[in-house]
Amino acid sequence: MTVPVHLRHDETFVLNLGPQHPATHGVLRVKLTMDGEYVVKAEPVLGYIHRMHEKMAESGTFAQFMPYTARMDYLHALAFNHGWALVVEKAAGIEVPERAEYIRVITVELNRIASHLLWWAAFLLDLGGFTPLLYAFDDRERIIDLLERVTGSRLTYCYLRFGGVYNDIDDEFITGARDFIKRLRGRLPRLYHDLVTHNIILIKRIENIGFITSEQCRRYGATGPVARGSGINYDIRKNEPYSVYPEFDFDVPVFDEGDSMARYMVRMHEIEQSMRIIEQALDKLPGGPVMGKAPKMLKPEAGYYYSAVETARGSLGHRLVCNGDKAPYKLKLRSPTFSNLSLFGEVAEGMMLADALAFMGSLDLVIPEIDR
Amino acid sequence: MDLVERTQAALAGIFPESAAAATPPAGEGGQEAPPRERGVLAVDPARHGCHFDVLCRPDEVAAVAIVLDREGFFLETISGVDWLDKGQFEVVYDYSRLGGEHCRVMVHALVDRGEPVVPTISDVFPAADWHERETFDFYGIHFQGHPHLIRILLPEDADFHPLRKDYMP
Repeated sequence: MTVPVHLRHDETFVLNLGPQHPATHGVLRVKLTMDGEYVVKAEPVLGYIHRMHEKMAESGTFAQFMPYTARMDYLHALAFNHGWALVVEKAAGIEVPERAEYIRVITVELNRIASHLLWWAAFLLDLGGFTPLLYAFDDRERIIDLLERVTGSRLTYCYLRFGGVYNDIDDEFITGARDFIKRLRGRLPRLYHDLVTHNIILIKRIENIGFITSEQCRRYGATGPVARGSGINYDIRKNEPYSVYPEFDFDVPVFDEGDSMARYMVRMHEIEQSMRIIEQALDKLPGGPVMGKAPKMLKPEAGYYYSAVETARGSLGHRLVCNGDKAPYKLKLRSPTFSNLSLFGEVAEGMMLADALAFMGSLDLVIPEIDR
Repeated sequence: MDLVERTQAALAGIFPESAAAATPPAGEGGQEAPPRERGVLAVDPARHGCHFDVLCRPDEVAAVAIVLDREGFFLETISGVDWLDKGQFEVVYDYSRLGGEHCRVMVHALVDRGEPVVPTISDVFPAADWHERETFDFYGIHFQGHPHLIRILLPEDADFHPLRKDYMP
């Protein structure tokens, strides 16, 4: 049953989902008012893993905040590294060598694929399919091994520096990345699409469920695959290009349906587009240094700075206010899933509980990034 | 007329009396800049990340939000800033466009630190609901007219606002 039913609202009960629940993938609590199997009202309760990163940013120097950025979105940590590096480089006027920009793009896109693979695995686990997780983790493991070679860590990277990256990539990494893309290209049609995407059980669970209109995306500020699954052609890498993204030929997958299936398809196509970007970047990889000139102690000019990057979940913004001191006076983190989740209450109304959970999975929530 | 010009014209309509304020205040060399007048200031997006910097009074933030809603903008985020030395809080609203031509607008308003009240814009942008709750949570800024102004990230029984500069844990 996919059509929201007319609810009577006279015999309801409260169902507490989380904060410890396998479907929320982290400590998210949702207070659900239920009428039988149907959701009357859904109210997310946040803050169970809140660590106040914004205060930590104010109490250290600019460089000292870099390791914290990876602790927010631990699935696409390099994009959070990148966002912080970009806003500080903008404020302090630091130039980045071309090779470093290419390496940033290669590693960020590899990380994006890893993030989408993990989302895919976890989403299907929510829907009751265990086998896909094994395939996805097999592939993801290879990305993590590659990134571990150059960054030194497996999840919470602190790889980018203001003015470049901390470590150059070597031939073994380049060969490994090419081999990985070849391997994933070979596996995607059969193990991912034949087994799962065209599977009737998956289609029945997510097609025509969880409709989000483009107007809802705008009013709630939803970005990333959620907006692109609702027919909005918006990707910061194209609309507000940063780094060396304009030099690559890639498409922004957009699906008009607005249901959970559309968001699924956007992410599956994005894996392919990220592979295209990595291939082109590896082909064109210039020589030269990977670190530019940057002062040890940064003191950006007083003022207001904003910078956005496209993470696997949408637009990550940094609103930085400087007062000429060596620490950020104020840093506000605009995390994409905070806004994406805020429309959950409106959309989940009238859904069956099982559909609401499938819908929640299609939003690709990373709780530490919402709670910061 | 392209989007950036149209947005500037629409925003300037809110401040008819300060049309001449579109020049940046001079404050180079560590000198204290004179207080800026209300109005729309075009800034360099490559340097500051947004096209327009709109300074307004707290009672005008809703009017600005309505204009930007009409022009198809969406609310990125709301940030608070504590200017302890000046005895003021600042509320910064960031707007952007979902696709099409790109334009970012930053709107900010200053309120008295002793009585921080700003009207809500959650009736214009539902996105503001959570962002205003967060700003209330961290700074204790009261958003008048908000339907459900309770803490969002800190525990419900917290009795402090941790991003205030005079907060001591």
